[in-house]
Amino acid sequence: MLDFPLWKKLSLWAVTLAAAVLALPSLANVAGLSWPAALPDPQVNLGLDLAGGSHLLLEAKSGDVRIQRLDNMEETVRQLMRNATPRIRIGDVSTAGEQLSFMLENAADIDRARGLIEPAMQGSTTVREWELTVVDGQRVVLAQTDAGVNQAIDDAMDSATEVVRRRIDELGTREPTIIRQGDTRIVVQVPGLQDPAGLKKLLGQTAQLEFKLVDLNALPSNVEAGVAPPGSQIFPFAPGSAEQGQSLAVRRLGGIRGENLTGAQAGVDPQNNRSVVNIAFDAQGGAKFAKLTTENVGKPFAIILDGQVLSAPNIESAIVGGRAQISGSFTPESSNTLAIALRSGALPVPLEVVEERSVGPDLGADSIRKGLLALAIGSFAVIALMITTYGRFGVYATAALVLNVLMLLGLMAAGGFTLTLPGIAGFVITIGAAVDANVLINERIREERARGRRVVAAVETGYKEASRAIWDANITNVISGIALFAFGSGPVKGFAVVLVIGIITSVFTGMTLTRMFVAGWLRKTRPNDINI
Amino acid sequence: MKLLKLVPDNTNIKFLSLRVPFFVVSMVLILGSWAAVAVNGLNFGVDFAGGQEVRMTFAQRPTAPIPQLRELVEGLGYGEPVVQEFGAPNQVSIRVPLPEGTENSPGAATKIGDRVIASINAEYPDARRDGNDTVSGKVAGEFRNQAVLALLVAMTLVSGYIWIRFEWQFGVGAMFALVHDVSVTLGLFALTQMEFSLQIVAAILAIIGYSLNDTIVVYDRIRENLKKYRKMPLAELLDLSVNETLSRTVMTSLTLFVALIPLVFFGPPSLFGMVAAITVGLFIGTYSSVYMAGPLLIWMGVTSTSFVPTETATDRQDKLARGKG
Repeated sequence: MLDFPLWKKLSLWAVTLAAAVLALPSLANVAGLSWPAALPDPQVNLGLDLAGGSHLLLEAKSGDVRIQRLDNMEETVRQLMRNATPRIRIGDVSTAGEQLSFMLENAADIDRARGLIEPAMQGSTTVREWELTVVDGQRVVLAQTDAGVNQAIDDAMDSATEVVRRRIDELGTREPTIIRQGDTRIVVQVPGLQDPAGLKKLLGQTAQLEFKLVDLNALPSNVEAGVAPPGSQIFPFAPGSAEQGQSLAVRRLGGIRGENLTGAQAGVDPQNNRSVVNIAFDAQGGAKFAKLTTENVGKPFAIILDGQVLSAPNIESAIVGGRAQISGSFTPESSNTLAIALRSGALPVPLEVVEERSVGPDLGADSIRKGLLALAIGSFAVIALMITTYGRFGVYATAALVLNVLMLLGLMAAGGFTLTLPGIAGFVITIGAAVDANVLINERIREERARGRRVVAAVETGYKEASRAIWDANITNVISGIALFAFGSGPVKGFAVVLVIGIITSVFTGMTLTRMFVAGWLRKTRPNDINI
Repeated sequence: MKLLKLVPDNTNIKFLSLRVPFFVVSMVLILGSWAAVAVNGLNFGVDFAGGQEVRMTFAQRPTAPIPQLRELVEGLGYGEPVVQEFGAPNQVSIRVPLPEGTENSPGAATKIGDRVIASINAEYPDARRDGNDTVSGKVAGEFRNQAVLALLVAMTLVSGYIWIRFEWQFGVGAMFALVHDVSVTLGLFALTQMEFSLQIVAAILAIIGYSLNDTIVVYDRIRENLKKYRKMPLAELLDLSVNETLSRTVMTSLTLFVALIPLVFFGPPSLFGMVAAITVGLFIGTYSSVYMAGPLLIWMGVTSTSFVPTETATDRQDKLARGKG
């Protein structure tokens, strides 16, 4: 047990110093010293609760994905039936109950209809996305499969994450973290952003821009009562617009969605000095927009953003250049936000903030200062207690403790782990508990000496007999730390990380390193008695 | 140099002679804690209840206008806010629970949170926002489930580990000690109505870890002594083991205690609840290792043969073969 050949000593020191050296850049940073640029610079990441910043957890309204898919399918089916030769007439179209169903006017068309629809049912993946059934030989029912919906939600979340990233990049904040989490969530962390109000506004805007024809046949009384005529939808006017409080009936299908935009800029209308957003379509969108405006000159169309009508101007002439101007009751600020949102693309699903945490830099810095102070006082108290109780053996334990803290910090920096506020408490507990190994060993050595064993035998027995309890105690601690890491969230995970890494380093420093120190001393001085 | 000895050598305190009264006390503590949790409930923070907690500094005032803030936020109609000093006299924490019926609307918490902050800023332009936590009902529900799961999984796994490393009686004893520790900690939070947050769950897991350290050290010594003193009555053997490890128990509790105390008094105010819980848990855990984990071994019939390998079928065959030969 006390035999340490040179290679063993060297490798133990190599491991210790390698881990401890990794802590130096972080320590230099805390002390305000500059670290030479030529050297590698691993730093302990500070959590947002220490560094200051904002954390948002966004959740998609995934129900909207189902509705969206259903609408798209309806439009596709109508178009396919209309364009079939000869045309297939359908009626009684319904999208109730998350499925699309319609009647064929002529039951003989069923095979032709099926032949046309089936290719459209297949998405880009091997997943079966729709289930087609025929009821009574004449009614076609298209139901979304769960697999299809999940695939669609998955795709929507991927592109939503991308859109969120583009929008945050537009804000010019430094090093945001944007991660998809679970099925329908996105985590956004922006260091240094103390007030996430602007960010929330930007991400809360789905930026679904739609151009739809106004339903001129709708009865005003029906529109007011919220009863949509067949084939139409009712949207409220946006707050702040001249028609605020009123609603408008628009044709449900045949409009244009704003996903074919190549650009959007906030601007000012020179005629009336109002804030506007200028948009540019890509080739496909431009062509669609030209077609819509050419066919409907003189008629009003509604510009709808996220389910609210911004304005409903008359189409005065065909717009063929692929450029358009959106007017509404914008402030310069809100037109800029909308331009960013449109530029970065519409969110395929609306997102809601379900968790928000922000910490100002002052509070974070205050926490670090107070935490370090407490850590320093606590360490001194522990060291004083160990040395007055165990003398030389307490000094070895102290050396192990210092190396333990350095290794813990170094491994956290090298492993890219995050130090959070509860993590500071983890450091303090590690310092208080790490010496337990040495307490167990030293108490055992005392006992063995009291029983009359010789020095070397007592030390050997002390390390050997204490090691069982040390292992068991630390393994169970690692187990509860892992349980906390697995089920905890955010800052609490940071506590678990410190605890678990701290246990690993403390077993190493407390058992192995101190044994090496003690063995070296015993070999050199060969004492007949030890003061412990 | 004369070294410090906190516990004299060869103590012989009859801890276990009081095992029945102390066990009754422990059971009363456990049941009382459950009753306290059932009657008072836990004062859930935003992590578990949902809602908003915002921390503000009134830099240009000596003290924060707490009654006015309470009135202002209550006037918004989201129910009664908890407004209290936080860290310094001119710093406050304002907690607004989720109103009834908004638990299931994901965006409600942030909407309410934004409105609370806006109305405070309108009234007190000098107030600086230091931090804000807003949690929706759904996420809070998930945190509650995860917390319960973390505690149950940790307790089951570590008890299972002890069972494997020792004997089933030791696993059960450790489990009971942990149930005691978790219950009493929860009971204290129900009684004091201190805020119960995710951090407190972390604190309870730290207490579990620490209490188990103690239990394992005592159990390890019991196992050793069971092999050493085959004829000693169990109660006496437990007393011997507890006494032999007493100086270690006192010393480790003390090192943890002196490390934690500065954090309780000078540490960041946001950590106070967590660190205070761990500090109190230190004593609960040490107590349970002696008076819950120990006596249960006696009642579950641990004997000195528990760690002597029993005769297996192969042994019997060997013996038979030898007998014939």
